[in-house]
Amino acid sequence: MSATDEQNLIEVSGLVSHYGDRQVLNNISLDVRENEILVIMGASGSGKSTFLRHLLGLKAPSAGTVKLLGRDITTMTRRELFDLRKQIGVAFQGGALFSSLSLIENIELPLHEHTVLDKDTIQIMARMKLEMMNLLDHEHLMPSELSGGMLKRAGLARAVIMDPRLLFFDEPSSGLDPVTSAELDELIKQLRVALNMTIVIITHEMQSALNIADRVTVLHHGDQIFTGAVDELHASSDARILNMIHRRPSRHGVDSDYIDQLTR
Amino acid sequence: MTETIRSLGRMGIFLGHSVAAMLTPPWRPRSLIKQIHFIGVRSLSVIILSGLFVGMVVALLFQDTLVRFGATSMAGSAVGLSLIWELGPVLTALMVIGRAGSAICAEISIMRTEQQIDALECMAIDPIRHVIVPRFTAAMISIPLLTAIFIVIGIVGGYFISVVLFGLSEGAYFQGMSDTVLMGDLRMCLVKTLVFSLLIIWISTAKGFYLHLVTGAYGSEGVSRVTTMAVVHSSIAVLCADYLVSAIML
Ligand SMILES: Nc1ncnc2c1ncn2[C@@H]1O[C@H](COP(=O)(O)OP(=O)(O)O)[C@@H](O)[C@H]1O
Ligand SMILES: [Mg+2]
Repeated sequence: MSATDEQNLIEVSGLVSHYGDRQVLNNISLDVRENEILVIMGASGSGKSTFLRHLLGLKAPSAGTVKLLGRDITTMTRRELFDLRKQIGVAFQGGALFSSLSLIENIELPLHEHTVLDKDTIQIMARMKLEMMNLLDHEHLMPSELSGGMLKRAGLARAVIMDPRLLFFDEPSSGLDPVTSAELDELIKQLRVALNMTIVIITHEMQSALNIADRVTVLHHGDQIFTGAVDELHASSDARILNMIHRRPSRHGVDSDYIDQLTR
Repeated sequence: MTETIRSLGRMGIFLGHSVAAMLTPPWRPRSLIKQIHFIGVRSLSVIILSGLFVGMVVALLFQDTLVRFGATSMAGSAVGLSLIWELGPVLTALMVIGRAGSAICAEISIMRTEQQIDALECMAIDPIRHVIVPRFTAAMISIPLLTAIFIVIGIVGGYFISVVLFGLSEGAYFQGMSDTVLMGDLRMCLVKTLVFSLLIIWISTAKGFYLHLVTGAYGSEGVSRVTTMAVVHSSIAVLCADYLVSAIML
């Protein structure tokens, strides 16, 4: 492995994405360094989830390249991509657990598929991750019996079961109350230290982003309007970013007019 | 138009991938058994009930015709041939589409919208091998067996009408049947039911699997749309294939 691979686990350059004829990402370039937490932020519809699909090789870009762990995934065969994916973990927005398997069976699945470990060892490893996520008491429940926050933590447990070098997490705080969401943020920070991972998080929650990020990328209608450290974000003079930080709606007046109308 | 061609191409690749994965190890006996239970065992009561009534109706209708020709002894062969050639394979296929095909399509499309299929991809687990293949194999085993059961029960139903109700001798009913039904008829029945099984499971799974590529199909509305599409398309495909196989093999 060359020196640059050690520093940048993800390198995206000139990424352009379309759904049909509609362009939803315009020329995105981004590096993620080893052991950092990068947060990709933006309002809903700004293209965050689409960007994640490109990072995971689930969607092919119209232009540009995506390198994971030093290798260009846009030109890989399916088999090579599958090999590479054994080193990455993904926690999906709603957990994406398999409804026909119990919680612990969900967590064990990657180990059954990719290792030759015996059943007992696999169970112990799965329980360690469940313990970390504070889910051990619920290991035999089915996904339909879990709350939204538990599903997210379960998805996270499954994402880290193979001890990946790279972890992706889509919207950890959406749909959670502030306390649960803050707990999940703490958990992510602990994971980086405990498992020595590089983490990419997608969120539209400013508070959560500022809390966990080393660096931030802001998307706005498919444009990359900011990439840098959290301090630099605070110092930004871009109105769109200031609106986000101070939680101002981008169209002033609409709300008060609307309220006037309702109270009249 | 290009969208139609693209979707046909996708369906073709999906079929090739599924069949290739179906024929090569590793197999998943546990999921397979579960799917055979779902597609096969849980369809049994529907198939038995409809087979019985269809056999009875056929015997009843033929009775009237055969009386006019003074050929009531042909009742057994008429019931046997119509069930084996046509009614057994086609009606079983249509019942399975309604009972299992729609449910399979809905289940897979929900797995797509809930990102379970993306999750498999990202865990480097082939979703076709993991999710689709057990259903394919189960359908290719269960539907032909259900067809056989439908035919046997139909013959029993015909027996009630012809022998018990209209007093044809038991020997004449079964002798007539075994004299006229030839190996070629059974072969046609087998070809039909295998072709139908493949069409049903292919269309039902692929429609759900590619939900995200159908323009404008989001969430629960998308699920209901592709499920309806799966039922309609697989029923039409079965009826078209029925004509083609009959025309080729007769
Ligand atoms: N499957 C799809 N087909 C067509 N357009 C889509 C699809 N998914 C997302 N989009 C569009 O792409 C844009 C970006 O969406 P998305 O990446 O989901 O944003 P975010 O995750 O930031 O909310 C949105 O305008 C959305 O309407
Ligand atoms: Mg999103």
